[in-house]
Amino acid sequence: MIGFYRALLRLYPSGFRAEYHEELCAVFAERISGYSGPLPRVALGIVALADVVPNAVAAHWDIVRQDLRYAVRAVGRTPGFALTVVLLVALGVGANTAAFSLADFVFLRPLPYPEANRLVKLWQSSAGFGRIELSPANYRDWKARARSVESMGAYTRRAMNLVGTAEPRRLETAAMTPELLGMLGVPALAGRVFSPADSTGERVVVLSHALWQTQFGGDPGTLNAVVRLDGAPFIVIGVMPPTFHFPDREAEAWTPLFLREADFLDRNDNYLEVIARLRDGGSLEEAQADFAGITAVLEQEFPKENKETRALVLGLRDELSTRARLLVFALCGGALCILLLACANLASLFLARAMHRARELAVRAALGAGRERLVRQLATESLGLAVMGGIVGVAVALAGVPLLARLVPATLPTAAEPTVDLRVLIAAVVLVVLTGLGFGVGPAVGARRISSFDALREGARTGGARTQRLRASLVVIEVAASVVLLISSGLLLRAVMRIQSTEPGFRPEGVLTLRTTLPASKYAITARRDRFYDRVLEEVRALPGVAGAAYTTGLPMSMRGGIWPVALPGEEAIVTNAANSSSVRFVTPQLFETLGIPLRDGRDVAKSDTRDAPWVVVVSESFVQRYWPGERAIGRRFSVGFGERTIVGVVGDVRVRGLEQPSEPQVYLPASQMADSSFINYPPKELVVRSASDPSTLLPAIRRIVRVADPEQPISNVRTMSEVLDDETVSRVTQLRVLGVLCAIALLIAGVGIHGLLTFTVAQRAQEIGIRRALGEQAGSVVRRVLREGFVLALAGVGVGVWLAYLSAEAMAALLAGIRPADPATIASAAVLCLATAAVGCLRPAIHAARVDPMTALRRE
Amino acid sequence: MAQDRDRIEQLLPLPSATLHILLALVDQERHGYAIIQDVEARTDGELRLSAGTLYRSIARMVEQGVIAEVVRRPAARDDHERRRYYRITPFGTAVARAELGRLAQFVRLGLARGIAPEPA
Repeated sequence: MIGFYRALLRLYPSGFRAEYHEELCAVFAERISGYSGPLPRVALGIVALADVVPNAVAAHWDIVRQDLRYAVRAVGRTPGFALTVVLLVALGVGANTAAFSLADFVFLRPLPYPEANRLVKLWQSSAGFGRIELSPANYRDWKARARSVESMGAYTRRAMNLVGTAEPRRLETAAMTPELLGMLGVPALAGRVFSPADSTGERVVVLSHALWQTQFGGDPGTLNAVVRLDGAPFIVIGVMPPTFHFPDREAEAWTPLFLREADFLDRNDNYLEVIARLRDGGSLEEAQADFAGITAVLEQEFPKENKETRALVLGLRDELSTRARLLVFALCGGALCILLLACANLASLFLARAMHRARELAVRAALGAGRERLVRQLATESLGLAVMGGIVGVAVALAGVPLLARLVPATLPTAAEPTVDLRVLIAAVVLVVLTGLGFGVGPAVGARRISSFDALREGARTGGARTQRLRASLVVIEVAASVVLLISSGLLLRAVMRIQSTEPGFRPEGVLTLRTTLPASKYAITARRDRFYDRVLEEVRALPGVAGAAYTTGLPMSMRGGIWPVALPGEEAIVTNAANSSSVRFVTPQLFETLGIPLRDGRDVAKSDTRDAPWVVVVSESFVQRYWPGERAIGRRFSVGFGERTIVGVVGDVRVRGLEQPSEPQVYLPASQMADSSFINYPPKELVVRSASDPSTLLPAIRRIVRVADPEQPISNVRTMSEVLDDETVSRVTQLRVLGVLCAIALLIAGVGIHGLLTFTVAQRAQEIGIRRALGEQAGSVVRRVLREGFVLALAGVGVGVWLAYLSAEAMAALLAGIRPADPATIASAAVLCLATAAVGCLRPAIHAARVDPMTALRRE
Repeated sequence: MAQDRDRIEQLLPLPSATLHILLALVDQERHGYAIIQDVEARTDGELRLSAGTLYRSIARMVEQGVIAEVVRRPAARDDHERRRYYRITPFGTAVARAELGRLAQFVRLGLARGIAPEPA
């Protein structure tokens, strides 16, 4: 019985136990002496438990309260120290919570569909292309033969005009096979999703929550109402919940996709994006093998159309580009550097403080405070500071995360705003506690080793060579981490500068663009479209200040697809491959002039290039380069888009695929030579206007002109061409801004670290310096010795940092736009910047050393 | 003296366990178990301090300076040799008096309003 009680007593703080253990046992022994038998003993045990537990907790709390009071007093004595610690912890925790919340949001958080890990995206890949969409014919065959998937559906993005509510409005929609919406597994908020019956009969539409709210005021009566899309009536059968996004967050409505027999004729009409749900327990590898088998058979069945066509099975989330991944990874790396720096500096600070307080701790030990008591006290103090820092850090992260929204790839079917994740927050809390305990308690454990007698002697130099070496290596770590950050950010900065200085091939200044997507139902006839274009363009050109206006299928960098095969006379072009692919656009006259694309040879497309006139084409210089290098191309013929055409003009190349990727040669066809009802996604829809003045002032007038030409025609995507160009680098610029701030912080921390170490060293060596001075050493020589010490550490840090930075730069080579990881200019500037910071950090301690008065220093002995 | 006054004020009102322990030590030095027994006897078994409560109170009271451990222990029976004995300090007596005065003041205020304490 008494054994049980003794064990219970271990719950008390050890100091209390040391004092009263025997007493407590004696009282307990007296109390049980009167009882025997099992039942009273159990009762006594329970009574003892009820007594010990709350009292032990209370005794611990007494000590914590005492320690906290003491800590507050200690912090009050050195507010600078406390503030520095809080800021360092806040920086480390804040930067990492923000960066990893973003990473979690982009890479880990499940997509908003039930069992999203079983959803895969299917692509077709052929020679020279990464991934392309499927043709309806291939989709039908894949689906019929697939064994590894439970279900499969296809969709295609489609812009539609919504008329009948307030202003005509353009919607991003997805037309999908009826099983797809159900396969995703998210039930409708109101009404229902598509059923197989929806692919025949009346036209139906499912609305997004956002569209329902903004356009229909969230009216429940919208369900079963009729809305007009592209001029045709659609019955609203359902509204999806607000968290549902598919295929990306732009889509606002979904309609069933009708595939008719005619759609299956051309096996190379690739426009279907395909989603499948794997069988329960099935793996990505199984599916990949399954579809590899299917494509191999299909290649034998259709050797021409399916030449070298393979299947690519990707997890729905793995669609992110390498670039999007690296942008986030680089940010996480930067945050980790800051954390490393903050921890190194914290360790250094606490070490210095432990030395500083060695005397105080020794006095308290001499007065009978046990080691446990001292450890507890330091732990309370450092934990308190760490928690304060953690709170500030989390606040920083909460404020910072929304600023990183630009780094969330637009292709993710989730909300645009990343939020701070609970798991990341918990990780941050653990980090804070570990930081606090690690750096706070370490010195206390070290305090045990300090002989109290030595510490009590006035002027004793505590903290031997070991501590000094430890702090020196901490400084090296700090400098190295700053160098890694500086070099990485420097390389990324140079990459952005290189990208921004890339010639886009057009002059964006003063160009306004907007989109009027003409509904196919109303504008299937080419002549009817031409009348619309003519009328709008004529009136826009007449506006004051307008230097040119034209229509095109898609803007460079904004529309990157539209890649068709071309063939020279006598060749057959069925499959698009790297050797014959070209970027095809249908345009009206004046496009080149308006966008500032130089005409190198021949002429622009003209109004006279009608369907009845000879079929003509304008090509870019790289197109000529590919087929007739060094020769004149005017008058040569080739076929594209089901017809042979004659080249009448050659223009400069444009970066259609954006500044960072190579682009296919460009081919421009006159819009008026399109066959009626053909190329449903290609009729020109982008209006570009060049103006001498601020182009945005033209907008009201252009709106009026479009409204008069067709009152039901919505206008969307109003942007200047400069904005289109800026979008190319916006995520990089966001990332760089964040990294730039991290760099500045890193430099500051490293500088402060060097300063702190040297100040401490000088204070410790005051005696030695005093003796040397007394023996005749010059002040200059003292300064040089201190500076040398600082510089040796900084140089060591720079060396390690450059090596690490090279490794990390190689890892993110895809982000560097051709800048070499070992770019000498970047490395040199980073090193110089770091050394300069180190020099600033060394300055004060060096001056301090020079001012040591020999007599004062010696007298302290 | 004024300083003592402040220190006493800071301790008031006393937790009842603390006042009981002080009262138990007014007439003689006692060890822990003896304090428990004394309190129990004086309150007719109403209040039985647990060991944990007792020693946590003692720890705090020693720190406050209202009681002190007796360095030279009374020549006692063998089995009590290792026991720690406590005595009330002059400061502790002052604190106890102040607390009793405070309680008496309440009794007087109650009587003046015509409400008499219930007989204990």
